[in-house]
Amino acid sequence: MAGRFSEYSEKVLAYFKNPRNVGVIKDAGGEGFIGDPTRGVTMELYLKIDEGIILDARFKASGCGATIAATSLITELIKGKTPEEALFITEKDISDALDLSERKQYVAELGRELIEAAVNDYRSKKT
Amino acid sequence: MERVYLDYAATTPVRHEVFEAMKPYLNEAFGNPSTLYSYGEEARDAMEEARRDVAALVNSTSGDIVFTSGGTEANNLAIKGAALALQGTGNHVITSAVEHHSVLGPCHSLERQGFEITYLPVDCYGRVDPDDVKKAIKGKTVLITIMHANNEVGTIQPLAHIAKIARENNVYFHTDAIQSQGHIHVNVEELDVDLLSMSAHKIYGPKGIGALYVRKDVKVTPLLDGGEQEGSYRAGTENMPGIVGFGTAARLIKNETGADAARLSKLRDYLIARLHDSIPDIYLNGHPSDRLPGNVNISIDFVEGDSVCLDLDLEGICAATGSACTTSSIEPSHVLLAMGRNKELAHGSLRLSMGKWTKKDELDRVAEALPGIVYRLREISPLYK
Repeated sequence: MAGRFSEYSEKVLAYFKNPRNVGVIKDAGGEGFIGDPTRGVTMELYLKIDEGIILDARFKASGCGATIAATSLITELIKGKTPEEALFITEKDISDALDLSERKQYVAELGRELIEAAVNDYRSKKT
Repeated sequence: MERVYLDYAATTPVRHEVFEAMKPYLNEAFGNPSTLYSYGEEARDAMEEARRDVAALVNSTSGDIVFTSGGTEANNLAIKGAALALQGTGNHVITSAVEHHSVLGPCHSLERQGFEITYLPVDCYGRVDPDDVKKAIKGKTVLITIMHANNEVGTIQPLAHIAKIARENNVYFHTDAIQSQGHIHVNVEELDVDLLSMSAHKIYGPKGIGALYVRKDVKVTPLLDGGEQEGSYRAGTENMPGIVGFGTAARLIKNETGADAARLSKLRDYLIARLHDSIPDIYLNGHPSDRLPGNVNISIDFVEGDSVCLDLDLEGICAATGSACTTSSIEPSHVLLAMGRNKELAHGSLRLSMGKWTKKDELDRVAEALPGIVYRLREISPLYK
């Protein structure tokens, strides 16, 4: 059984309970998809990019509380940045912002991959 | 916020009478039952009375009850103990794919020691087919171990049929009755088992105490060597408060099993019906009627069970999921996968297990909270289109 909710910080719980920027962006400038529903973790990130700036970011996620919290957090971290600046967001940035427990570090790792996937998608669409 | 506890299958609170009965054995009646003076005699008498009460719960005699440190040790002693005692005659053990980890673990351990283990499949309700047991038996089969009722989905196994096959083939038969004892009728003679595992904390007794029923003349090699306690099946000074608590819990629940089961079955079916009415795309796991009275287990499509439990916890409701968090993913329940659920549905499982103090209005609270939680998580979920 899963349990052990006490490992979730107040920050994780706040994002889990009131996730910001849930949704999808049609014709997004960049889209990222990470995870595997058969492993219980799925993250989707949609970016609206204009004149090289990420103007809006939306997400969908399924998984544990930390997965949902981290994906929501990423939409906030990424807004207003250029795609290149977004790539500088590290696992540690995500982990620190949410006070992720040792066991949930993989969520930050997937979050980092999610940003990379969305930026790569933007680059491939641009060219 | 009043908490709603719906995880009685995980553990139960110690009931008042049990707590009171245990107290003296922590201080004034502290004697070691192996000693000869009056303190020892007092402890010995209390221990034997408790043994009679535990034996009575499963219709055995006190001479066949070995106290252990809990259900896990009882399962280990039964499986490893019987297999090691019989390894001169054979090295094959039959079990099922839906057993508790405290049965699968000892089986894996035996595999590493050169035993061959057959893990029988189950049907979509989680039931073993007795014909499969029959087909799996070989000349070198020494033990069959099949649980009485499943801890996750509550499905009750056709044990008497399997026992008959074991008997006909002269193979030991063990059952893990930890979820069923006290909650449904359990009788070692009717089930015709050789070994049966029990645990106190599932029946409003303390944690850290369990028992193994060992039919007379059944051979089991002890796991713990040392003193001659428990007929030399289990060395170590006895856990007196635990044993007295277990005995009291067993004595009390024996007279309540029928009434509790009738009440809980009604509540169970009420909750299942309410959830089906209010949440689309949910599926009952386990057998619709051949299941433990207090067990509700559903798969909720498009969401992860862990997040459902977290949301319920934030609303003061304690429930469980079959998925287990690891350091790299969430692992779906082996029981649901064996029953043929796809991985997505196996991830979305929710177990609500009721007990003696569960009230209808608590179930109403769940039935009111859960649709909103599922709706919310599905709105976030990329799997829900």
